[in-house]
Amino acid sequence: MRPIILFFLMGLALLAVGFAQSWAVMLVILNLCLISAVMSVGLNMQWGYAGLFNAGVMAFTAIGGIVAVLISEAPVPAGWAAGGLPILFSGFLVAAFIGAIYALRRFVSKGWIKNWGTVGLVVLAYFVIRPFFDGGVTSVEAINAASAGHLGGLGLNILVGWFVAAFVAAGVGWVIGRIALGLRADYLAIATLGIAEIVVAVSKNEEWLTRGVKNISGLKRAPVPRETNLQQAEWFQNFVSNFTGLTPADEAFKQTVIEWSSVFVKLCFTALFATVLAIVLFLAIRALNSPWGRMMRAIRDNEEAASAMGKNVVMRHREVFILGAAIMGVAGAMLTTLDGQFTPTSYQPLRFTFLIWVMVIVGGSGNNLGAVLGGFLIWFVWIEAEVAAQWFSTGIEGSLSGVLDVFIVNIGSFEIQVKDFTVWLKNATPHFRYLLMGLVLLLVLRFSPKGLIPEASAARTR
Amino acid sequence: MSFLIGDNIYGGYGVIVGPNGAGKSTAMKALLGMLNVREGAVRLNGKDITGMSPQDRVSEGMAFVPQTNNVFAGMTVQENLEMGAYLRRDDFTGTMEQVFQLFPILGEKRRQLAGELSGGQRQQVAVGRALMTQPSVLMLDEPTAGVSPIVMDELFDRILEVRDTGIAILMVEQNARQALEIADKGYVLVQGENKYTDTGEALLADPEVRKSFLGG
Amino acid sequence: MTDILNALVLMLNFVVIPATSYGAQLALGALGVTLVYGILRFGNFAHGDTMAFGTMFTIFFTWLFQSVGISFGFLPTALLALPFGILVTSLYVLGMDRVVYRHYRAKRSAPVILTIASVGVMFVTNSMVRFMIGTDDQRFADGERFILKARAFKEWSGLREGLKFKTTEGLTILVAAIAVIALFWFLQRTRTGKAMRAYSDNEDLALLSGINPERVVMVTWILTAALATLAGVLFGLDKSFKPFTYFQLLLPIFAAAILGGIGNPTGAIVGGFVVAFSEKFLGYVLPDTWKPEGLMQLLTVDYKFAVSFIILVAVLLIRPTGIFKGKVIKG
Repeated sequence: MRPIILFFLMGLALLAVGFAQSWAVMLVILNLCLISAVMSVGLNMQWGYAGLFNAGVMAFTAIGGIVAVLISEAPVPAGWAAGGLPILFSGFLVAAFIGAIYALRRFVSKGWIKNWGTVGLVVLAYFVIRPFFDGGVTSVEAINAASAGHLGGLGLNILVGWFVAAFVAAGVGWVIGRIALGLRADYLAIATLGIAEIVVAVSKNEEWLTRGVKNISGLKRAPVPRETNLQQAEWFQNFVSNFTGLTPADEAFKQTVIEWSSVFVKLCFTALFATVLAIVLFLAIRALNSPWGRMMRAIRDNEEAASAMGKNVVMRHREVFILGAAIMGVAGAMLTTLDGQFTPTSYQPLRFTFLIWVMVIVGGSGNNLGAVLGGFLIWFVWIEAEVAAQWFSTGIEGSLSGVLDVFIVNIGSFEIQVKDFTVWLKNATPHFRYLLMGLVLLLVLRFSPKGLIPEASAARTR
Repeated sequence: MSFLIGDNIYGGYGVIVGPNGAGKSTAMKALLGMLNVREGAVRLNGKDITGMSPQDRVSEGMAFVPQTNNVFAGMTVQENLEMGAYLRRDDFTGTMEQVFQLFPILGEKRRQLAGELSGGQRQQVAVGRALMTQPSVLMLDEPTAGVSPIVMDELFDRILEVRDTGIAILMVEQNARQALEIADKGYVLVQGENKYTDTGEALLADPEVRKSFLGG
Repeated sequence: MTDILNALVLMLNFVVIPATSYGAQLALGALGVTLVYGILRFGNFAHGDTMAFGTMFTIFFTWLFQSVGISFGFLPTALLALPFGILVTSLYVLGMDRVVYRHYRAKRSAPVILTIASVGVMFVTNSMVRFMIGTDDQRFADGERFILKARAFKEWSGLREGLKFKTTEGLTILVAAIAVIALFWFLQRTRTGKAMRAYSDNEDLALLSGINPERVVMVTWILTAALATLAGVLFGLDKSFKPFTYFQLLLPIFAAAILGGIGNPTGAIVGGFVVAFSEKFLGYVLPDTWKPEGLMQLLTVDYKFAVSFIILVAVLLIRPTGIFKGKVIKG
């Protein structure tokens, strides 16, 4: 019962935005809510099912974005011609070295040989690979540096990109899992935080791959149409005509078509994202209710007992971690598609990791529907906080000016002006959201630690 | 569970023995204030301390040596003793010297980390730490658990020396036979009840007691 | 011979001096984190923003002093403002403990819960800093900029390379040294300090010994606030105050604390210097092979953070308890 009410209220809130601000804005928020919900479900798997504190959500999202770019962007032939081969070759060398290291660690038992051998191989790899890699990179980056300077992608459909993103993110999750799982929760948090930073740093610096901080834009987005294409399509113009009664002759027609095309495109995205969310949610719920899911929760609740009973705790943890990572990767890919561009500098831990944490905690750790609700609610609050604060501050400005004028006379030498205060208030509004997030997290953690839709709630779609 | 532990252990050495699950540790925890007492009272030197927290009981003169984790492993022997005397506001160097006399090896190793000492030596640090408050009663929870026979003998010797300084000792012990041999008073707990109370020798001689469990 | 001297000066200029200064800042930060981890038993994600908070108030007091005409001669005025900044930060941190963490301590919640709570505190503290001082760069160092200027050195030595030594660098090293010595003296020689170590070592036994846990907690927070403010101010004097940077500093700080063995103060210091030297050294060695392209050159600073993480990952793989075998609390 409760989840239904909560989702209904959420829907009302969104509708309110639609009416009060605009439908386009509402849809932007909704789309991002959907993406956030997917990320939440992913994190909920890791935290809610298994109790793993992954502070590196940002990494998987970023990887999802990178893969989306790599798959869907058109290739830059000049770049490939210039440096493609050396880079591929160095990639091959990297794989070879990894294989060698893996073999070393697997087949050699003497501890010190294993460890020093690994170090030695890594150092050797560095010096052997560098010349090829650097040569390739500089050639690629030199080509038309301002507008290209990189290799480009494979030019495939974006949906393929999303699919591959899941796999790549899962792969990275496997690597990170091997390194960091098996550590205590706090350590895992710090380790994942750090690894996420590395991933983003790489994407900012490896221009030949992602154009570094110069961003990649103009990504394809089939099957969702482009606004400009829509605006020129006859069927769409007729559609608008029929609905609004306007004709191409009217003045307002062009503007209306543009507005409608924007809303239409957004709705397409909404449909797409909602489908993905539904699929992910379905899979997550199935997983949770399966024997595997039950075992995960048994391990989470009492790890020692479970491992004494012979459950392979480490393997299960890795599985959960990988699955969660895959889901986050898809979300990241969706985000990049929505934006139409990949901006490495936008990946900040606060926004991409800790915000998702608030979503899961507030929504209800361990409960998939809770995670979705949390995703919606927190993203909504994050965006609307600034709006609310602005509305509040302009309201205050009006009513305060009369009141404070009195004070200025009395306080005298301290020169507190109404203007200064309102200026400060205006400047402060964008920051209000941080305070709100912190308060929401602290209040929920304290007074409702199980979240809005707790794990063992009666409406247990779990 | 209710039982009456004899009062008037003035100086002297009492031992609580009994089979596993008889409630020895529970009894000790209740005396210390780590468990709530439902019925009855705990009295120390005539004063009712039933409502007091463990820390307050320590100030009243009750000292406790837990079975495990009973030293500050990362701190030196000397620092452990200093921590034992934490509640004292006066100069406790005299007490420390007494402890070093009682346990000479601690004096030798006073600058070593307690965690680096052997099991038996660690127990001595634990007891020394407890003695720093100059308690009226020293409570020990199975001090000889997991310790070699030679070390056990030495520990019992030391405990007697402590008793001889006028401190009452109450000990929960698994090694019933050895403990009862030197005890002034023994309390045999069976299934949560104080079944037999007598001097150590008498208990050892009693066929009922021996039948109950002696041998373990 | 002169070639060697020149190379030596280059090393000093670009590696040794900056690394020592940065290492001292990291060490102070890591000490704060390690104290909280060892005594209060949780990883404090709000520490970076605490540093920002402390630095912010020190800046406010610095401005106040400057506007009234107080200055410190050739040393930065911020040094005078420092005690006040520490005072305010201590009150703030104690307030946070009272309002947030104390509840979970009483409930004996799992350390992870405390960490999540610290994420909330992080958001709130972050917002405080944003509200009060905004997100722009603030430069608040005054006084003499250099103890030793490059040109003066070149004239004196006749070498091609000029050795320079910024005041802030020297100050960092000196202040950090004093702070560390004071901290160690406190922990090793005073009754309260020993009680804190005992509490960290064996909580139950400490309680049994009559050690007052609330007092230990209070002193820990005050020390943490002081260390955080010091670290933040020294860093800010050296570079500049930009609130966002402090969260990023959290990462090498955690790496340093873990490398040294979390919970172990000596380890935190050693860890801080190892991380700093690795970053500066690798940053010095690598740019030759990376082709900077104007804007890119500024941004390779991101890779410096990657260094700390590689260290972190290596530590976690090879020896998770760190150099000095820190305490790794369960779950």
